[in-house]
Amino acid sequence: MSRGIASYIAGRFLQSVMVLWVIVTLLFLLFRLAPSNPMASYIDTEFTKEQEQALLARFGLDRPLHEQYVIYLINLLKLDLGDTFHYAGTTVIDVLRADLPNTLYLTLTSLLLAYSVGVLGGIAYAALRGSRIERVGTTFTLMTRAAPQFWVGMLLLTLFAFHWKLLPSSGIGPAVVRYRWDTEWDKLLSPVFWRHMILPTFTLAIYLHGLPLLLMRSNMLEVLDQDFIVMGRLAGYSERRLMIQYAARNAVLPVLTALTLGIGYSIGGNVVIETVFAWPGLGRTLVRAVQSADYPLAQGAFFLIALIIVVMNFIADILYSLLDPRVGASAQAQVS
Amino acid sequence: MQQEAMVRGELRGKEKVQFRQGSALRQLWEANLEVFQRDKLALLGLFIFVFFTLVAVFAPVIAPNDPLTPQKNANGDWIKDAEPFWMAEPGEDEAEGYVNNFLLGTTNIGRDIFSQLVYGSRAALLVGFSAAIAVAVIGTVVGLLAGYYGGRIDTLLMRAADVAFGIPFIPFIIVISAFFDPSIWNVVLAMAALLWRDSSRVIRSQVLVIKEQSFVSAAKVSGASELRIIFVYIAPSILPLSFLYGTLAIAWAILTEASVSFLGFSDPETISWGYMLQDAFNSLALSREAYYWIVPPGLCIMLTVMAGFFIGRGYEEVLFPRLRRM
Repeated sequence: MSRGIASYIAGRFLQSVMVLWVIVTLLFLLFRLAPSNPMASYIDTEFTKEQEQALLARFGLDRPLHEQYVIYLINLLKLDLGDTFHYAGTTVIDVLRADLPNTLYLTLTSLLLAYSVGVLGGIAYAALRGSRIERVGTTFTLMTRAAPQFWVGMLLLTLFAFHWKLLPSSGIGPAVVRYRWDTEWDKLLSPVFWRHMILPTFTLAIYLHGLPLLLMRSNMLEVLDQDFIVMGRLAGYSERRLMIQYAARNAVLPVLTALTLGIGYSIGGNVVIETVFAWPGLGRTLVRAVQSADYPLAQGAFFLIALIIVVMNFIADILYSLLDPRVGASAQAQVS
Repeated sequence: MQQEAMVRGELRGKEKVQFRQGSALRQLWEANLEVFQRDKLALLGLFIFVFFTLVAVFAPVIAPNDPLTPQKNANGDWIKDAEPFWMAEPGEDEAEGYVNNFLLGTTNIGRDIFSQLVYGSRAALLVGFSAAIAVAVIGTVVGLLAGYYGGRIDTLLMRAADVAFGIPFIPFIIVISAFFDPSIWNVVLAMAALLWRDSSRVIRSQVLVIKEQSFVSAAKVSGASELRIIFVYIAPSILPLSFLYGTLAIAWAILTEASVSFLGFSDPETISWGYMLQDAFNSLALSREAYYWIVPPGLCIMLTVMAGFFIGRGYEEVLFPRLRRM
């Protein structure tokens, strides 16, 4: 069995690498389709002749397409994504390195909040099945999934930032304060940063809480129907103990897998929230790079987001097969 | 959003679809009838779609003004930021030299917000329905071929689905819209290029079950061609699944189009609800607390998306009776 799982993980890993390779290739072709000439992917019109020549050589843009492709792959492995057009002398990696933490703080905090509320709410809804509270609550949750995130963000902004003036409307902090943040720790220990994070975090969490909540609820109902719960009830365990200690423990496992997937997809979807709140993260950088035709930066941000998604999909797959051996076995059958 | 489909897909994957008897068309008709008879919310969803379709078709009749033309007062100046007539100070309009008959006021360059809202339904439904058709067709064909033929075709198609699952959805659509002409059709194409991944996986797993059924073997023995077996014998059984994913795709597509428009990657000549919200956001409608501008487009998006969810849930309950209890 354990050997089966090891080879399953190895197979899945190889598959993920292949998937990433195909995505990277598509990205290469896509950015050669960019408007203006193909060199625009790397060369800004404002670069000097020498800069241009240096870049041409670095990315082999004077060579035929297939050689360019090989150079592109090698550069990618070396994590060399080129220079951005708009911040002279900064590499794409530098910009992404500054953005990634902000995106992670926002996403992980929101996910933590959304999944805690979702799991607890799911248990409560399962216990209250068929009641009025449950019906109203479920409808509300469906509404939060149907409402566009940016619209919810706009409403919260209007109320909390403009009407009541309780919270800041954008960014991660005023420049005077940001100037004093030498390390990530300084930022994380600053109350100013957390105050700026409240609105985007809640906006994102309102959207994200629906999935774990509905999932937890249906898992609970499924588990509550099973024999061991019925046996427990016959044995005289309290309803509360059955719910929390027995049912919830089993029902929460698929929610954990969903959380893993959620990290990847939320980072890809944060584009909109980060734009509404001018949150300096990956998504906003991607949007601005595409808008201002900063192709190396856009390509780099896209690659990083795709990388995170593929890695999280891989981890979710493995988690899923470890938590539920049946899936591992059937998935293995699919792989082979 | 894709993630939900994935997780629910796992749920569905574990369960067998209820098969029906009778001719293909009849099966379909009965399945559809059952959805709307059984489920009041699904019926409500259908009404919402019908309502907005009527609004979209009769937009020129309903909308009092052209959505893109700035409205002007007697002096020929734009009527900027007029509040709705039921909110505005009486007499203000006469002093400014116009008659305020704007149900939802005007934008910062004097465009009629209510007319924009009416015309916005066109973009939403166009994107929603065309993306849904594309997703349903591609997902169904891929699922059928992968499930029926198995082997290399299956591996190839399912690995392609894996790739589609690895591509970030909104970033991909933004890049496509930016590199090609900003038009609704590029958004639809980009969505269709990725969204088939969910439906094809689930449909494939159902085809694997169906192709072992006796009526398929019977068709094989009687000498039916493979294409005939796939599209005449197997396809009707999984069509309700295609409908399910189609309705969900309407919802995702409307939501995604709104996001892409909000980010400024849509055709500025096409009014959509997302575009309206972008316009409001960039024109500082938030700090002016212009709720009459901010709230209605979002409500319309929410209503149409919920309609898609409601109908989707209805299909789900008919297709997967076990979920009904939950």
